Amino acid sequence: MEPIKKQSISLQRMVDLFENHRQLLSSSDTAHLSEIRQQAFAALKKLGLPDTKLETWRHTDLRETLERGYDYHLHPLPEDDLQKVFRCNIPHLDTTIIGQLNGWHVSKEVPVMELGNGIIMGSLSEAKKKYPGLVERYYGKAANDSADALTALNTAFAQDGVFIYIPSGIKSPKPVQLINVISHSENIFLQSRNLIVLGDNAGLSLVHCDDSYNHQASFSNIVTEVFMGENAFLDHYKLQNLNNDSSLISAVWFQLGKSANLNSHYISLNGGLIRNNIRLLFNGPHGNAGLYGLYLMDRKQQIDNQIFVDHAFPECTSDEVFKGILDESARGVFNGHVLVRRNSIKTDARQTNKNILLTDTARINSQPFLEIYNDDVKCSHGSTTGQLDSEAMFYLRQRGISEESARMLLMFAFADEIVGKIAIPQLRLRIEDMVKKRLQGELQICEQCVLHCSTPEHPLEFHIDMEKI
Amino acid sequence: MLLQIKNLHAGINGKEILRGVDLEVDKGEVHAIMGPNGTGKSTLASVIAGREAFEVTSGEIFYQGKNLQKLSVEERAREGIFLGFQYPVEIPGVSITNFMRTAVNEIRKYKGLDALPGGEFIKLMEERKKLVEITSNLTNRSVNEGFSGGEKKKNEIFQMAMLEPTLAILDETDSGLDIDALRIVANGVNKLRRVDNAFLVITHYQRLLEYIVPDFVHVLYEGRIVKSGGKELAIELEDRGYDWIKQEQV
Repeated sequence: MEPIKKQSISLQRMVDLFENHRQLLSSSDTAHLSEIRQQAFAALKKLGLPDTKLETWRHTDLRETLERGYDYHLHPLPEDDLQKVFRCNIPHLDTTIIGQLNGWHVSKEVPVMELGNGIIMGSLSEAKKKYPGLVERYYGKAANDSADALTALNTAFAQDGVFIYIPSGIKSPKPVQLINVISHSENIFLQSRNLIVLGDNAGLSLVHCDDSYNHQASFSNIVTEVFMGENAFLDHYKLQNLNNDSSLISAVWFQLGKSANLNSHYISLNGGLIRNNIRLLFNGPHGNAGLYGLYLMDRKQQIDNQIFVDHAFPECTSDEVFKGILDESARGVFNGHVLVRRNSIKTDARQTNKNILLTDTARINSQPFLEIYNDDVKCSHGSTTGQLDSEAMFYLRQRGISEESARMLLMFAFADEIVGKIAIPQLRLRIEDMVKKRLQGELQICEQCVLHCSTPEHPLEFHIDMEKI
Repeated sequence: MLLQIKNLHAGINGKEILRGVDLEVDKGEVHAIMGPNGTGKSTLASVIAGREAFEVTSGEIFYQGKNLQKLSVEERAREGIFLGFQYPVEIPGVSITNFMRTAVNEIRKYKGLDALPGGEFIKLMEERKKLVEITSNLTNRSVNEGFSGGEKKKNEIFQMAMLEPTLAILDETDSGLDIDALRIVANGVNKLRRVDNAFLVITHYQRLLEYIVPDFVHVLYEGRIVKSGGKELAIELEDRGYDWIKQEQV
C-alpha cells in the first residue's frame, strides 16, 4: 500500500508519514544512522517547511511546488526500462555509470560494486549494510540538518541514493557518471541521498545528471555530501535538464581537507524550479575551490543559486563565477555568501555573478556578500545585470551578420566563459552543443536523457558556425 | 552615382545634429570629410551605416539607386557598405575567425552564393592578414579584446579587406595611431582602392591624407558641408585651422 497518493506536501503530512513508517525508513540504518534520522526528524519539526519569510527563501516561493499533488513511494518502483538509464552516456567518453531511477539506485549487475583498488560505488542503502563503519564515519557530518529544513527533511526520509568511495592515493581511472532519471506515470515526490568520499590524495571526475524523461510534475529533494581528504582532487559537474513542471532542490555539502582541490560546475539548462544549495567548508588550510554556474532560463522558470563558502582555515582560495541568461518571465536568484573567519589569513576569495535579461519581464535578485573577520585577505565580489550589449550588436550587424545570429553569438560568448571551464573535452563539446540548442530554443526534454542528444531524431542545422578554429 | 545624400537632417534623442548634408560619391573616388569636433562627422557615418539610435528627420540617402532608409544595418552591410569604427567594440568570447566566417558567409548567402569552404576561408584570412601586416595570432583571439589602439584599427582594415566593400567609411581610423601603425593602415587602404569601390575617410587631421590621398575634401561644420575642394583644401586646413571657416559662416 502506498503511503501518499496524489497529495500535496505539508509538514503535518510528512510528520505523520514518518511516524507511521519509522521502522521501514530505518530498515537499512545502523543504530547510529537511525539516531541521525531521528534527530533530523526533530530538526524538521522544529524548523517547519521553508517559506518566503526566511531570508534565504525570500525570492523563491515553494508554495506552488508543495501544493501540487504527488505520489511518494517508500519502496522502489518496478524498473520498467533500465536501458533508458544506461543508454545515457556521453559520446566517445568512457565512463563508469551509476544509475538512479526516481531516486532509487538501479543496477544491471550488483547493488554495490567494488572496482578494484578499493573503489566502492553503488547503492547507499546497500553500503550502509555492507560497509557500516565507513558510512557512519561520514554520513551526516557535512550536512547540517538544524540549519536547513529541506536537508533535515531529506535526512529524515531518504532511503537510497549513491555511495562513492575512493580510497587514499587512488585516482578513479574513468570519470563516473551519476545519472538520476525521473520517469513515472504520476506526479512524484522523491528524496535521495548521495555520499561521496575521497581519501587523501584521491582523485575523481564526477558527472552528475538530473534528467526527467516525461512531462509529469516532480519534486526532487536531493542531498549530496562530499568529503575530500588531504590533497584530494574532485572535478564535479552537475547538469540539470528537467521538464517545466519539475522542482529540484539540490543541496551539496562539501568538506575540503588540507590542500584539497575542487572544481564544481552547475549547468542548469531547463526546469520549472531549480535551487542549488551549495555549502562548502574548508576544513584545513591551502584548499582550493572553483564553483562555476551557468543557467539559461525562460518561460516562468526559476533558478536559485545559494552558495555559502566557509573559509574556516587560512590560505584557502575560492572562486565563484555564476552567469545566467533569463528570457521571457524567468526569475533568477543568486545569493553568494563568503565567510572569512578570524584566523583565516591569506584567504583569496572571489565572487562574480553576471546576468543578461532578454526581456523586461525577466528578473534577477543578485546578492553577493562577503563577511570578513581579518585584514590579511584578498577578496572581491561583483554583480552585473544588463541587456545584450547594443554596441556589440551594432558592430556585428554592421559586418553583415543578422540580428538573430548576432544575438546568438553574443549569448554563446557570454555562456562560453563557464562552458570553457569544463575540463573533459568530450563533455565540453556536448555541453556546448546543448547550450547552442538551448539558446536557439531547440533543446527538448526528449525521450532520451540530456547527454544522449547526440543522436536526435531531427539533426540540427545551425545557420552560424560557432566553432572556434 | 554610388552614394547620393540629399538635404539630410538627422539627430539623436530629439537633438538635430545633421542639418542638411548634401554629398555625392562615385566609384573610384576617395572623399575626405574633415571638420572640428562635434560637427556631425561620426553621426554622418552612423546614419549611412543605419544605426537605429539615430533618426533621419528629412532628406534622402541613395546607394546604388536604392533608398538606404528602407534597409536594415545588416542589409546595408551586405549591399557593400562598411564602417570602420572610431572605437572598435570588444567582444569577449567571440573569436575573430568565427566572427569573420559568420560575416563572410551571411553576405555570401545574401548574394545567393554557397558558404566558403573552410580551407578557402583560412586561405583568404591568411592572405588578407598580410595586407595589414598582422603576423601574430590575432585572429584566434576574441574580437578586439585586450587589443592595443593600433591593433584595433589594423583589425578594422583587416575586416574591410575580408569583406571587400563597395563603399568603405573610415571613421577617424587615424586617431590613436603612431606613425608606423598609421602607415600600415593607410597602405592597407591604398591596396584595396579600385575603380569599382569608394572610400569616405573621416578625419580630424590632415596627417592621414598624406598617405591616403583624397580626390575630394569636404568640411563639415555645424551639421552641413560648408566647403568642398581638392586635396589642397586639407593642406590649407592644416595650416590655417578651422577658425576661418567658422568666420566665413557668420
